[in-house]
Amino acid sequence: MTYDFFYKLFGSQIIAAIIQSLLPLFIFILPFALFAVWLERKVSAHMQDRLGPMRVGWHGWLQTVADILKLIQKEDIVATASDKPLFNIAPVLVFVGTYAAFAAIPFSSAFIGSNLDLGVFFIVAVSGFVVAGILMAGWASNNKYSLLGSMRSVAQIISYEIPTMMVIITIVMITGTLNLNTLSEMQTGHFWNWMIFGGPVFGVSKFLMIPFMIVSFGIIYISTLAEVNRTPFDIPEAESELVSGYHTEYSGMKFAMFFLAEYANMFAVSAIVVALFFGGYQSPFGYVGHLFGLQWLVPIEQLLWFAAKGLFFVFVQMWLRWTLPRLRVDQLMTVCWKYLIPLAFVDLIIIGLITLI
Amino acid sequence: MSVEIEEKIVATNGLKTEYMVLNMGPQHPSTHGVLRLELELEGEIIKKVIPHIGYLHRCFEKHAEAMSYPQVVPYTDRMDYLASMYNEFGYAVAVEKLLGIQVPERVDYIRVVMGELQRIASHLVALGTYGMDIGAFTPFLYCFRDREKILNLFEITCGARLLYNYIWVGGLSHDIHPDFVRLTKEFITYFRPNIKELNDLLTNNKIFIDRTANVGILPKDTAINFGISGPNLRASGFKWDLRKDDTYSVYNKFDFDIPIGEGLMGTVGDCWDRYYVRILEMEQSLRIIEQAIDQIPEGDVALGIPKRIKPPVGQVYSRVENPRGELGYFIMSNGSTNPFRVKVKGPSFVHLGVMNELCKGYMVADIIAILGSIDIVLGEVDR
Amino acid sequence: MREYFKNIWAAIFTVSVGMKITFKHLFVPAVTIQYPDVKPKLPERERNRLYVNMDDCIGCDQCARACPVSAITIDTVKALPTEDLKTSQGRKKALWVTNFSIDFSKCCFCQLCVFPCPTVCIYMTDVYEFSEYKRENLLYNFSTLTTEEIKQKKTNYNLFEAEKAKEKAAKAAVAPVPAKAAPKEN
Repeated sequence: MTYDFFYKLFGSQIIAAIIQSLLPLFIFILPFALFAVWLERKVSAHMQDRLGPMRVGWHGWLQTVADILKLIQKEDIVATASDKPLFNIAPVLVFVGTYAAFAAIPFSSAFIGSNLDLGVFFIVAVSGFVVAGILMAGWASNNKYSLLGSMRSVAQIISYEIPTMMVIITIVMITGTLNLNTLSEMQTGHFWNWMIFGGPVFGVSKFLMIPFMIVSFGIIYISTLAEVNRTPFDIPEAESELVSGYHTEYSGMKFAMFFLAEYANMFAVSAIVVALFFGGYQSPFGYVGHLFGLQWLVPIEQLLWFAAKGLFFVFVQMWLRWTLPRLRVDQLMTVCWKYLIPLAFVDLIIIGLITLI
Repeated sequence: MSVEIEEKIVATNGLKTEYMVLNMGPQHPSTHGVLRLELELEGEIIKKVIPHIGYLHRCFEKHAEAMSYPQVVPYTDRMDYLASMYNEFGYAVAVEKLLGIQVPERVDYIRVVMGELQRIASHLVALGTYGMDIGAFTPFLYCFRDREKILNLFEITCGARLLYNYIWVGGLSHDIHPDFVRLTKEFITYFRPNIKELNDLLTNNKIFIDRTANVGILPKDTAINFGISGPNLRASGFKWDLRKDDTYSVYNKFDFDIPIGEGLMGTVGDCWDRYYVRILEMEQSLRIIEQAIDQIPEGDVALGIPKRIKPPVGQVYSRVENPRGELGYFIMSNGSTNPFRVKVKGPSFVHLGVMNELCKGYMVADIIAILGSIDIVLGEVDR
Repeated sequence: MREYFKNIWAAIFTVSVGMKITFKHLFVPAVTIQYPDVKPKLPERERNRLYVNMDDCIGCDQCARACPVSAITIDTVKALPTEDLKTSQGRKKALWVTNFSIDFSKCCFCQLCVFPCPTVCIYMTDVYEFSEYKRENLLYNFSTLTTEEIKQKKTNYNLFEAEKAKEKAAKAAVAPVPAKAAPKEN
């Protein structure tokens, strides 16, 4: 819908497409990343019986802005022995890998960056850029610690993509489409139509599926936690073990890019989980806009619902970070290969059998 | 210091491989202080660990030769700065043995209460920082919040929170505050449920157990051969506590147990055991404080302090049970007001020696777990 | 096989227990205070910066000797017997304290100097925010005499001593030399 709006405004398809794809970036994601950093600090502080940032703005909400300003004006230190082209490109790749995924996520029925029929596939593929970026960062830093950190991170990300893909295949099997927009539209109505409660088709198979859908949700949530390197899977950036892992040698704006990319990535994976299992932008109770006959209110409400659900899952990710200790590298791999993948397989087969009923 | 790099020649294709030397340098978030660990790695497996110490050496033993006996007490505080009361306790017991004097009962009881409160405070730091090394950030803050209450108790008594200068030779510097007994009882009721909360949050957490059980196993005879003492020795299954086996002050009047490691979640003597023994010791310390705080006799704490401390010529070695192990003081006097030689046997120094033995065959991530579980303080290692 | 499912169950259960605890703590009020807007109330025995009341100081040097880090330096000049020097309680003082300096970059706040003072003139206050930009500013001088006064006291004392020595020499010249040997027996 917004594409049409911009097309009418500018009369050129290219400009409309560019603006349309840049919109979520500037209006939603960058402010969200700043907000998420503040939220993390506040949530962690209150869980630890303290207050967090309080001085910069009301209850510290401008703290992230102050941090970004500080990082921008810092000296950009590049070690002489590092591999300069790789060193400079690595943060850009990581940034691009996470932000490009937002192109295919449906924020509301009126707005989707690009309505790909291969939406989910595109997202998973583009997230692969992050792997390349991290490898480059670790290698180009010319630092044993960074190399170790980046190797671990790469192993972790590519291992955990497998359970993620298997759960996505499960959902695709049930719904028959890779298009996230269609998936979200399928879950209209009330919250019992959401995928986690068995999907929109009413019947015996719907109720049979519910426990297995919950297991799938658990598997994909844990796998995506590992993809974004959050505790308990944050070995690559473990402060107490390898100083800062693959971003030890970065300072200033490049570090800011890694930093913001991590928070954007958190939201991206929460958004995918929400779109797959929790109805995307659909409201659980019906729309105020429909109630009062104001049709233009509905997409805005949908946006708010989407943001709220995404934010809730981001909050759960933060909650887990501040509760749990870290897993060791080999235990991380054990969890993935010995626990998550067999469970995902078994789940896939069972749900496949149920859909045949 | 040059490093000997072992070169292993692979006979099959004549390639030389070298072990990678990784330096966990003096500035590192997890080596509890300024400690340099040189690791020889084969991939992720450790072949050798060489600790380099001396970054915090402040010539305590040489200073002590230039000070008079009461002036040494602030210096003893600063060795193991997380358990200052016990350093002063050990020194006071040693010098009193040299002088041959007996302190009033009130002084003994108050010293026991302070010492046990200090033991809880020290264990809280050990457990909190250990959790933080493993990756759980929240228990660290909960432990420090509880430690604040103990430091407040110390603050109202002697005015300082970390380095007290409270336990003097022959007595104490101040008598306890009138509110002290009431506040200590409030602390005991406040703290007991927090131990349970800490257990729920960290001790029984599956991820924590996976990280620490069956890691860094210290068998009983290795521990005894290396001279380990304190909670590390008790976690290996050997019931040895100086408060019961070589009793000093009035510890023989109290009823408390000595917890030992039983390998509940792994093997006997692994990191989880060392962690769990410290938690159980905190509970036992609460028991001792409960008994002692009700039984403090009346008296004057400054009565027994001699005007001039001039011991006869002689030497003494006396030891106390530090929260970290056996803290020993060897004091030699030549009849003057300054000690001729004060040598301190710090438990952390001895425990650091067993790191190489413990770390062989484990991974780099386990070093942090093992180093945190033997609970060293660099102030005591380097003095 | 049972081990496998036990592991999964243990992981889920202990993680949930942990999460419940941290969630409860979200609603516990913070235990920290917003220093420097809010300052904590310190107990009365708190050991912070020292203060010396120079009227009461008799210059006995006990505190300087008790200090383990030699942070206190005291210089004195003997007072003339004719000068009327008193503490605030009325006790007569025999020394002018010309220099009483405490180096707070050395002071370890151990309180060992407070106990030996016979007039309780050195004590610890509740001031703990006294950071300086220059290290020289941490050398506190408590003596109340100006440099001219110090010079004057010194010259007074030297003159007094010189006079005493002259008198002693004069008396020795006038008086008979005392007999060194015992009187001979008759």
